[in-house]
Amino acid sequence: MENKLVVSPSPHIHSGDTIQKNMYGVLIALIPAFLVALYVFRLDALIITALAVLFCVGFEYLIVKYMMKKTPTVLDGSAIITGVLLAFNVPSNLPVWILALGCLFAIGVVKLSFGGLGNNIFNPAIAGRIFLLISFPAQMTVWPAPETAFTIDAVSSATILGNLKLNPELLPSLQTMFLGTEAGSLGEMSALALLLGLGWLLWKKIITWHIPISIMATVAIFTGILYIFNPIPLYNPLIHLFSGGLMLGAVFMATDYVTSPMTKKGMLIYGVGIGFITIAIRLWGAYPEGVSFAILLMNAFTPLINNYTTPKRFGEVVKHG
Amino acid sequence: MLKTFRIGGIHPKEQKISAGNAIQSIATPDQVIIPLAQHIGAPCQPVVKKGDAVKVGTLIGKTVGFVSANIHSSVSGTVVKIDKAIDASGYRRDAVIIKVEGDEWEESIDRSPDLKKECRLSSKEILDKIAAAGIVGMGGATFPTHVKLTPPPGSKPEILIINGVECEPWLTSDHRLMMEKTEEIIVGITIVMEALNVDKAIIGIENNKKDAIEKFGKYAKAYPNISVEALKVQYPQGGEKQLIDALTGRQVPSGALPISVGAVVQNVGTILAAYEAVQKNKPLVERVVTVTGKDVKQPCNILSRIGIPVGNLIEAAGGLPDTTGKIVSGGPMMGKALASTDVPVTKGTSGILLIPTLEAKRKAMKDCIRCAKCVSVCPMGLNPTLLMNLTEFEVWDRAENNRITDCIECGSCSYTCPADRPLLDYIRLGKSRVNTIIRTRKN
Amino acid sequence: MSVLLTAVVTLGVIGAGSAAILYLIGQKFKVEEDPRIQEVQDALPAANCGGCGFPGCASFASACVKAETLEGLNCPVGGQTTMDKVASILGQAAPVAVKKIAVVRCSGTCEHRPRTNLYDGISNCTIAAVLYGGDTGCSFGCLGLGDCVESCAFDAIHINPETMLPEVVEDKCTACGACVKACPKDIIELRKQGPKSRRIYVSCVNEEKGGVARKSCEVACIGCSKCQQVCPFEAITIENNLAYIIDDKCRLCRKCVPVCPTNSILELNFPPRKEKPELPKGEKATVDA
Repeated sequence: MENKLVVSPSPHIHSGDTIQKNMYGVLIALIPAFLVALYVFRLDALIITALAVLFCVGFEYLIVKYMMKKTPTVLDGSAIITGVLLAFNVPSNLPVWILALGCLFAIGVVKLSFGGLGNNIFNPAIAGRIFLLISFPAQMTVWPAPETAFTIDAVSSATILGNLKLNPELLPSLQTMFLGTEAGSLGEMSALALLLGLGWLLWKKIITWHIPISIMATVAIFTGILYIFNPIPLYNPLIHLFSGGLMLGAVFMATDYVTSPMTKKGMLIYGVGIGFITIAIRLWGAYPEGVSFAILLMNAFTPLINNYTTPKRFGEVVKHG
Repeated sequence: MLKTFRIGGIHPKEQKISAGNAIQSIATPDQVIIPLAQHIGAPCQPVVKKGDAVKVGTLIGKTVGFVSANIHSSVSGTVVKIDKAIDASGYRRDAVIIKVEGDEWEESIDRSPDLKKECRLSSKEILDKIAAAGIVGMGGATFPTHVKLTPPPGSKPEILIINGVECEPWLTSDHRLMMEKTEEIIVGITIVMEALNVDKAIIGIENNKKDAIEKFGKYAKAYPNISVEALKVQYPQGGEKQLIDALTGRQVPSGALPISVGAVVQNVGTILAAYEAVQKNKPLVERVVTVTGKDVKQPCNILSRIGIPVGNLIEAAGGLPDTTGKIVSGGPMMGKALASTDVPVTKGTSGILLIPTLEAKRKAMKDCIRCAKCVSVCPMGLNPTLLMNLTEFEVWDRAENNRITDCIECGSCSYTCPADRPLLDYIRLGKSRVNTIIRTRKN
Repeated sequence: MSVLLTAVVTLGVIGAGSAAILYLIGQKFKVEEDPRIQEVQDALPAANCGGCGFPGCASFASACVKAETLEGLNCPVGGQTTMDKVASILGQAAPVAVKKIAVVRCSGTCEHRPRTNLYDGISNCTIAAVLYGGDTGCSFGCLGLGDCVESCAFDAIHINPETMLPEVVEDKCTACGACVKACPKDIIELRKQGPKSRRIYVSCVNEEKGGVARKSCEVACIGCSKCQQVCPFEAITIENNLAYIIDDKCRLCRKCVPVCPTNSILELNFPPRKEKPELPKGEKATVDA
C-alpha cells in the first residue's frame, strides 16, 4: 500500500450532515410559500425574491472577500435564506434600492460585523426587516392588493392585522387567510403553505417542534382566554394564528439556529416569550404586527436562556462533588 | 414498542455485512507478542523470562494490585524476550514475545467441546476461578471481571444484565458468539448469577439480530429467571448506563457505578469466557475478532489467539485492500485508529475495521452554528458544544458543573455535527483535566 | 429660567452628594497596603506571565515587599535590570539571576525522522499525545503541532515549517516556563543561557534501546555513553538509554560533541571547529539558533 495510514481520534464515521444540507432543506420548506406568493403577486414575487437573494449573496461575498479578507463561503446557503426571508417580509412592490439597503444591513451589520454565521446575536432577516420598517415606514406599510382579484392597477390596501384594529368589518374569511390570497407581504400569504414547510422541516429533523409549537400555542391560548370573555375579532385566536407574519416567524425566523436557544427547556421559554410579546404588541401596542419585534427581543435573551437552562441530564440527581 | 434508553442517541448505518459468516480459525504465526497491559488497571508483572518454556494457558503475567488481571500464554513454545512492542495504545509497551512451537495446552484445561451444565462451586470459588483465568470485559472496556463481580461493601446486586447489543456498526463477533455458543453462554449466565448471588438476569439484544433473539428465547425457556429482551436499534444502546436505563428504567446517577442501582452488566463474550474458565479451566487466551470494511474481500469473524498481529487477520480476510486509509481496532464510533499492522490482538480487540481513504479523512471544521443537534443526540444529556468551548478556553470549574465527567465518549456528538467540529477530541481532553483537578482536590 | 436653574441645582446636589458618599465609603473600606507594593509593581514589566512562580505581577510585588531577602525571587522577563530596580526600591541587595532560556531537546526533523503515518486530528499536541506516539517511529519525539507556540506570551517560539520542530528566538525568550508546561512530552527544558549565549545539550528524549531509537531517527541518542566517558567534569548522566548533560556541572568544553556517533549533542553559538579528518560526518552540529 503506497499511502500512509491515517490516524485520528474516534469517531471514525460521520453522519454526512452538513450546514449546506440543513440550509437547503430550509429553502425547500419555503417552496410552498413561494409558490403561493407567485400565484398571488405574479412577477413581482419573483423579482423581489431573486433580487433579495442576489443582494444578500453579493454583499456577503464582497464584504467577506474584500473587507474581512477571508475566503467567502456564500454557497453554504445561509445568505440565500436571509435573502428569501427578507423578501418574504416586505411588500412586493418595494423599491429595489430600499431592498438593497435592507440586505446590506442584514448581511453586513447584523451578520458579518458580529463574526459571520454562528456568531450573530440577532436574526439578520428580522433585523433587516425592522430596519426597513423604521427607516422607510411609508414604503413598508403599503401593501398591494392581491392580483388574483384581476384588477390591472395595483391598489394598496391595509393588511388583515391593520384592519383588525381599525376596520374589523373588512376582514376576509378564515378560509381565505388559511389558504392565502389576502394583502400582506409575500410570506404572510398562506398558513397552509407554511405548515407544509413546517412538516418538511420536522420530518428532515432540521428543527424540532419546540419553538414553532410553543409560539403558536402561546398565541392561541393567550388570545383564546381573552376571546372566551370577549369574543371580538381582535381576540380571535385563529385570526392571530393565520394572519400576519406569525406562521412565517414561528416556523422560519424564530427557529434560526444561531439566534435561538440550544436546550429544549430554553426553546420552550423562548417560544412562550415570543408568543406573549407578539400578542402584547398586537393588542396593546402601536404597531399592528408584533412578531418581528418579539423575535428580535427574545434573540437578545437567548444567551441568558442558554446560560440558565441545561438539557435533561442522564440520572438527574443532586450535583456531585 | 421496543425498549430503549430515554435520552439522545443516533442511528448510524448498521453495515453488519459479516453477520452471516460463521466463526473461523486462523493459523498461529511463528511468533506472538502478548502485551502485559491488556486491561484497565496496573500492567502485569512478568513471571517468565527469556528462554522459559510455556504451554497454552501458562501464566506469564501476574496481577499488580486489586484492579488488574492475569495474563496467560496463548501459544506453546519458548519465551524469546520481554521487550517493548507497539500495541493498540499507540505506544510501545512491555510485552512477552514467544516463539511458537506446536500447540500444547496446560493439562488442567479441558479441551472437550461438550456442554458442561452443572456447577457446584460456591460464589467465592467461582470468583477465584474467574480471577485466576484473567477474564476482563470483552466488549472492549477490558475492566477486570472479578473486580466487577465483587460489589463494594454495602451494595447489593439485584439483577445481572447481559450485553448482547453490539451497537457499534460493522462489528458482528458477539452476534456470532450468540448464534454458535448459545447454550454455553446460558450456562455461563447461571454461573455468574451464582457468583453474584442474584436471581434475575436479562439478556439485551438489539433488534437487528432477530435470529439471536429467537435462539436465546428458545434456550432460555428452561431457565425461568433468565429473560431475553429485544431492544431498539439505536447507538449507544450497548453503553452500560444506557442499557440499564432501557432494560430496568433506572438511571445510574452521575458519578456513581451501576451497582448503585443494583445492576451488574457483562458482555456476552465475557460470560462465555467465564463459562470456559469455571467449567473448563481455560484462561482467557483467545477471542473472536470481526475483520470487516467496505472493500474487504472476505469479511469474517476470526477466533484468534491473543498476541497474533492484526496484519495476519487482515491477510486471512483477503489481504489489505489498496484503498485502505485507516485501520481501526474496535468499532467506528469508539475504536482506536492504528498506526501499524504489527499491533497484536489483545483481550479487548473486538474487531478490525478497514476504512477506505476517501472516507478516512476528516473535513475541515467550521464555526459552530448553534444548531444544537449535538445536544439532542448526547445520551448523557450534556451540551457538547459548550463543553468544547469551555475546554478550549480552559474554564474548568464551569466544565465540571456542566458534567463533563459524565461523558461516556460515545462519539455521537462529533458524528452528528454539521460543522464537522471535533467535539469529542476536546471533551476527552477536558474530561481528563477535570478528573485530575478533582483527584488533587480530594487529596 | 427657573426650571433650568432647578434642574441644574438638583443634579448638582445629587452629583456632589454621591461624590461625597463615595469618598467616605472609599475611606472607610480602604485597604491598608504598603505603598511600596505599588512602587515595586510599577517597576515590573506587567506581563503577568507567571514566570516568577507567582500568579501575576501584583502577587510578585507583594511577595518581594514581604520577603526578608530578595534571594530566590526573580522576574525572568524583566531580568537583572528589573530586579536591580526592585532591590533599590526596597533597599535590599539585588539577587544575581542566572539567565535561562528554553531549549527544545529534539532534532527529529522530517529529514532525520521519517513520517510513518498521517495524523488527521486537530493541531493540538496534548490531544495527539493521548491518541498515540506520533506520526513517526519515535514515540518520545516532538509532535510539531504547536502547543508550545500557543502558550508563549512573548512570541519567542515558532514551528519551522521545513523541519516541523519548534525553534526558540533567543532575544525574546524570557524563560517564563509556559512552553515547558505546555509540552506534553517534556521535550522543552529551561537551561542556563550560558556566556555569549553558548550552551551544549543532548537534543533527544528517547528512552528506548539504542537500536530501536536509531531506526526511527538518525540523530537519536542511543545511550552508548561515549560522551559520558569523555567528559572531564562528570557532567553527563545516562539513564534509560538516554544521555543528559547537567547544566551546573557542564563547563562547555565541547569534548562530548564530536564523539557522539549520531550527532545527538548540539552546541549552540560556538565558533566553528577546525575540520578533523576522522569524523564520520563532515558537517558539525553547530547550529545558530
